[in-house]
Amino acid sequence: MKITNWLLLISFGALLVYASFGLPNRGDVSANMHREKSLAGSPGASSYYIRNAYRDAETPNMVTVILADYRGYDTLGEETVILTAGLICYLILRKKRTKLDGKKT
Amino acid sequence: MLKYKFNPIILLVSRVVSPFIMIFALYVIFHGHYSPGGGFQGGTMFAAALLLIRLAAGFDIAQLQFKKILGTPLGSVGVLIYFGTGFLAMLSGGEFLNYHFLPFAGFKADELRSLGILMVEIGVGLAVLAILVAIYDDLLEGYPHD
Amino acid sequence: MTDFFLGHYAYFGIITLLIIGLYGMIFKKNLAKKLIGMTIFQVSIIMFYVASAVKWSGTVPVLDPLAGAADAAKYISPLQHCLMLTAIVVGVATSGVAFSLLIAIYRHYKTLDESVLMDRMKSS
Repeated sequence: MKITNWLLLISFGALLVYASFGLPNRGDVSANMHREKSLAGSPGASSYYIRNAYRDAETPNMVTVILADYRGYDTLGEETVILTAGLICYLILRKKRTKLDGKKT
Repeated sequence: MLKYKFNPIILLVSRVVSPFIMIFALYVIFHGHYSPGGGFQGGTMFAAALLLIRLAAGFDIAQLQFKKILGTPLGSVGVLIYFGTGFLAMLSGGEFLNYHFLPFAGFKADELRSLGILMVEIGVGLAVLAILVAIYDDLLEGYPHD
Repeated sequence: MTDFFLGHYAYFGIITLLIIGLYGMIFKKNLAKKLIGMTIFQVSIIMFYVASAVKWSGTVPVLDPLAGAADAAKYISPLQHCLMLTAIVVGVATSGVAFSLLIAIYRHYKTLDESVLMDRMKSS
């Protein structure tokens, strides 16, 4: 059992190191992620955001524009997740009422 | 509930420091258009200022500042501000969350988008603040007694 | 070889952090320690995203009026920062849920150890 766990851990680490050989160098401007056009010919996401954020919303901070304007649905979902987490904490940890036969649950 | 032991030095220092953290959190929220910052970061800092008083003065005294029962309703109000901004744009003829159609007169299109971003950030900050304090209170209430 | 190592050492550090988190989740018997391992795992994923946003020629993604917005290579990619900004706060909220589940388990079974917990769940 213990041997299996160690084997799993080591093989997972070796797989990750092997996979990291395919990544581009850190900070490389010509990496696939920072390209101007995607394979289908549409503009690449991050360079499009950098170029048009100030023109669209007159706000210098590009992260704010992406967070609240371009990806507004995404942020609405995240906020709902936070509210749900708070409600679940309350529902799990509230003081339990006693049942009808007087026994505490 | 955990036993609270009174310590005047810790209480005094956190009472002095806490309002400055609150002011800086408001600055981070409202200056998020022009410098790194925004609703999530500012809300977390404001919650940190409230939790500092809760840790230093004990749960009962800190109820004077921010009541426990206020936690989840304020979070709901924050989500409703966000949703209402999107719904207001939808009522006046645009798509959901398209701030170009917000019904405020005298603004150009890009200024309207900036205004919509500000309203959304306030909603996010309020929700994050209230929910983080509510989670702390619930964890404290559920702590095993014996 | 030196060039490859200089470009990839950050990824190797992140993989080390991820393996530490996975070790905590697999080998530790205490449920609270498993939760700590899960948080370390989560932080390593966040660091991987942020490390992939770097451009050596770029600066922070706040518009500089002198530089202008025409050249995208002058600013680091803002998309990953936006995604991770929400992921951090959601991670805090979900770890709050996890801690409340741990407290509920402790109140009911009076233990957090995995094997003891299994025995008490079977016998009850």
